[in-house]
Amino acid sequence: MRNVVTIVKKQLKDTLKNKTVLIQFVMFPVLTLIFEHAINIPDMPELFFAKLFSVMYMGMAPLTAVAAIISEEKEKNTLRVLMMANVKPWEYLIGVGIYVWTICMVGAGVIATSFPAKDIPFYLAVMAAGFIISIAVGACVGIFAPNQMVSTSMVLPVMLVFSFAPMLAMFNDKIEKIARIFYTQQIRILLNNMTFDGIKPESFAIVAVNALLAIILFFAAFRKKGLE
Amino acid sequence: MIEAKNICKRFADREVLSGIDLDIRPGMIFGLLGPSGAGKTTLIKIITGQLVFESGEVKVFGKNVADLTGEDKRQIGIMMDDHGVYDRMSCADNLKIFADIFGVPYSNIAKTLKEVGLEDAAKKPAMKLSKGMRARLRLARVLMVSPKLLFLDEPTSGLDPMTMRYIHKLIMEQKEKGCTIFLTTHNMEEASVLCDEVALLNEGKIIERGAPEDVCRRYNHQRKILIHLTTGEDIELAHDTYSAGKISSLMEQGTVETIHSSEPSLETVFIELTGRRLESEEEVKYA
Repeated sequence: MRNVVTIVKKQLKDTLKNKTVLIQFVMFPVLTLIFEHAINIPDMPELFFAKLFSVMYMGMAPLTAVAAIISEEKEKNTLRVLMMANVKPWEYLIGVGIYVWTICMVGAGVIATSFPAKDIPFYLAVMAAGFIISIAVGACVGIFAPNQMVSTSMVLPVMLVFSFAPMLAMFNDKIEKIARIFYTQQIRILLNNMTFDGIKPESFAIVAVNALLAIILFFAAFRKKGLE
Repeated sequence: MIEAKNICKRFADREVLSGIDLDIRPGMIFGLLGPSGAGKTTLIKIITGQLVFESGEVKVFGKNVADLTGEDKRQIGIMMDDHGVYDRMSCADNLKIFADIFGVPYSNIAKTLKEVGLEDAAKKPAMKLSKGMRARLRLARVLMVSPKLLFLDEPTSGLDPMTMRYIHKLIMEQKEKGCTIFLTTHNMEEASVLCDEVALLNEGKIIERGAPEDVCRRYNHQRKILIHLTTGEDIELAHDTYSAGKISSLMEQGTVETIHSSEPSLETVFIELTGRRLESEEEVKYA
């Protein structure tokens, strides 16, 4: 447990100085606040930008952050130093996961200020689940990529699919049919309903299958490549 | 401290280590010398449990390397040539991570930074350090834990002579504290200065071993004395009683500018055994 806390502390210090990762965490919460307060189009659905950007935030920030953190440590051989200092791979991954999840939840907390107080618990619960799936997917990329360059090129298409599919689905029925198999699209649907009672079994099943696939993929990647 | 018997390691079809035996006693500095690609780093990785090997046996602290506990590993410091530091973090913060992992008090951080001469750079981000300072930071990371066994992979590779000497001093201080040190190098001068015992590794095999001066003496076939005279003339004398008289008379005449015996260096021993240099021409050129 001490090592997990050390990894979280290390990431906190490091990310404050890592602008490329930091911007991922800050960009969407800030954009949400600006758009929600600055743009008011007649007939626009309520909290349109908050919901849209929340899903984009979920599909983008944790995924790219986790992949970037792991691949950078592999490239610079600091991960090997940690492993040789007897930090177990699972301690490292849990430490990075907890850190990214917590920061993303803080970002979600900022976005949540746009929502009515009664919707905030539901919103945060849904975002928390979505972040976990994104973190698992990001970890898969980080494990497979030997360095940051490969990580960026691997993470980009995955991130684009997960974060932009829900937006494109609003304008195109065919895309909507495909996008529905992704957890981000289902979470967008959940955010539109915004009640625990309104969760459809279909949405729940798709999110669960996505989570299961991400976890299976993560363990397969870890078994095949390890952390070095 | 370290016992290895008949270690063999292959990468695909290539045998990188073959029948390696080692017996490193506590408190000694052992130097593994060999050119790039000889298998030095591979051997360190095997001994430290980072690489599996096909056959043989490795014992560290009297235990099979696979059975080392977390407490055992805490007493081993490993500084590999390619190990990085956290660039965006300060020197002190870099050490703080490992102080947390190993349960070392934070008071050791300042003390260790002072030991390696980085006390003024404690708050400086690692990315702003020179190559020599980075090497000292990597060394500080392993010294902070006060290890009983230290592995140093090419600790002075590519460093300027001043930093090199500074690191040599730190290594000798560790030896004085009772630490056993296993270092790899292709710098034969470094090995001669630091090591109690050396092994010459070539193409995965140990081809010679012993105290550096013993190894050199063993290959002193020529037994000649080379004298450079003030007239510019070079003369070569045999290592016998006749030469003693000749040298004495040259000394009396005051014509001797330099005088050298011809015992070989580790470099020349290596060349004699393998027909190749420890450092490639390229490395010598850019050193």
